[in-house]
Amino acid sequence: MCLSIPSKVTKINTETNMATVDTMGVSRDAALDLMEDGDVKIGDYVLLHIGFVMNKIDEEDALLSLDTYKEIIELMDEEDRKKAILEDDECPNRAV
Amino acid sequence: MALELKNLYDDFRDADTIKAYAKMIKEDAKKLENPINIMEVCGGHTHTIMKYGIPQLMPENINFIHGPGCPVCIMPKERIDHAYVLSMQENVILVTLGDMIKVPGSNGSLQDARAKGADVRFVYSPLDCIKIAKENQDKKVIFFAIGFETTTPMTAALINTVIKLDIKNVLLHINHVTVPEVMKELIDSRDIHVDSYNNQIDAFLGPSHVSVISGSKIYEEFPRDYNRPVVVSGFEPVDVMQAISMVIKQFIEKRCELEVEYNRLVSYDGNIKAQELIEKYFEKTDLFKWRGLGNIAKSGLKLKSQYAQYDAEVAYKDILPIEEIEDHKLCICGDILRGIASPPECTIFGTACKPTSPIGSCMVSSEGACAAYYKYGNLLKK
Repeated sequence: MCLSIPSKVTKINTETNMATVDTMGVSRDAALDLMEDGDVKIGDYVLLHIGFVMNKIDEEDALLSLDTYKEIIELMDEEDRKKAILEDDECPNRAV
Repeated sequence: MALELKNLYDDFRDADTIKAYAKMIKEDAKKLENPINIMEVCGGHTHTIMKYGIPQLMPENINFIHGPGCPVCIMPKERIDHAYVLSMQENVILVTLGDMIKVPGSNGSLQDARAKGADVRFVYSPLDCIKIAKENQDKKVIFFAIGFETTTPMTAALINTVIKLDIKNVLLHINHVTVPEVMKELIDSRDIHVDSYNNQIDAFLGPSHVSVISGSKIYEEFPRDYNRPVVVSGFEPVDVMQAISMVIKQFIEKRCELEVEYNRLVSYDGNIKAQELIEKYFEKTDLFKWRGLGNIAKSGLKLKSQYAQYDAEVAYKDILPIEEIEDHKLCICGDILRGIASPPECTIFGTACKPTSPIGSCMVSSEGACAAYYKYGNLLKK
C-alpha cells in the first residue's frame, strides 16, 4: 500500500501542475500538488505514490549510501581474508 | 559518479551488500547481552523481510515482530460494510484504490458488490475521481479513502481540487489512520494472556513513506519516553539490513535514539506542504477501530466539520450500519500484531484462512504478516 516508485522527471507542465516522469522506461504523469512551486525540476529523481510526486530523492545522500555499501563489502571481505589467514596460521596440519 | 535511476533500484537490492550486512550483523549480535525483538511497523517492510528471506540471515538473538502497518489489513469490517452499502445505492459510483478489491466485509467484498451490479471502480490515483465525476454529473462519486500518513495528503489534494473546481458530486468516506498512536498502543497495551504490559517490542524499524510525509520527528517520543530506539528504514532489502545493523549498534553502545537510515528521502520535518494540506482538511477522531487490535484513541482522521458537505458519512448517515462486529473467534491476528504469536501458531493459518479466503486481518493483503508467511514462509524452513 505504501510502496512508491523512484522515477526521473522528464517534463513539467506548470499550467496543469503535473510532471511527466520516467519509471525505468515507462512514462507516466504525476501531480505536483504536494510539492512547493518550482521545487521539482527536469532531471530530478522523485518518489511517486498513487499519482503524486511525494518528495524529491536527495541525490547526494543516495550516492553516500552507495559509497557506504561499497566500504562495508570491502570491510567484510577484509575480515574474511584475515579470518582465512588466521585459520591457515592455526591449522594443526600446517607443520606437517 | 552521477546517480542513475537504475542505481536506485539495483544497488539497494544488491546481493553482495546484503551478504556483507548479514556478516556484520552476525558479528555485532555476539556482543548483545539480551536477544532483541525488532518490530517493523510497516507492512511494506514485512513484505521485504519475508520476500528476501531476511529472518534466515539473522542470528538467533535477533527476532522480528511484524507490525500493524498495512492499512488494508487493519480496516475493520464495519468500515468495509459502509463501502458495500454505499456502493449499492442508486446513482452512486464508489471509487477506491485497488488494494481494497478483495477485502471481505460481513456481506462480502467490493468485488462481490460489483458482481451484484454495483458501480465500484478501482483507481490508480484519487485524482481519477475528478474525471469520473465530470463524466457522471447525474451521479454521486464517493471516494473510499484508505491509508496511513503516506496516502492522506493525496486525499487532501483531491478535496482541494474538488473545492477549487467547484465539483458538486464528489463525496469522501475517510478511513485514514496514523502510525504513532498504534505504536504507543502496542507498547502500552495490556497482554490479556499473561496479565502484564506488553514488553515484547525492544525497538522499531520506522516506516519508509509515512516518514517521507510526516518527517522523522513523529517518532521522537519513542526513544525519549518509551525507551525504544527507532530507525527509519527504506523499503529495499539493503535499506532494511542497514537499519537492523543500526538498531543493533544502538544496543551494543547502550544508546536509545531516533535515527534515519532512509536519508535520501526522509528529513526531520518531512513534506511540510503535504502536512499543511492534511491539517487543513482533517482532524483526529476520538477512536478508530483497528481490525485485530480494537479501538485506539486518536488513531484515525475525519473531515473537519466545515467540510461536512463532502463527507459521505454525514450525507448517508441514515443508511450506514452502526453495529459492532466481533473479529473471528479463532483468529489470533491481535496477538500476532502484538508480537505474542507468529502466523504458523494460528490454528486456521493456511487452512480455513488463506489469501484467497482471508478470515483475519493479517491474511488480507500481501503486506500482512500471515499473507507474507503464506507466500514466502518456505524460505524460513532451515
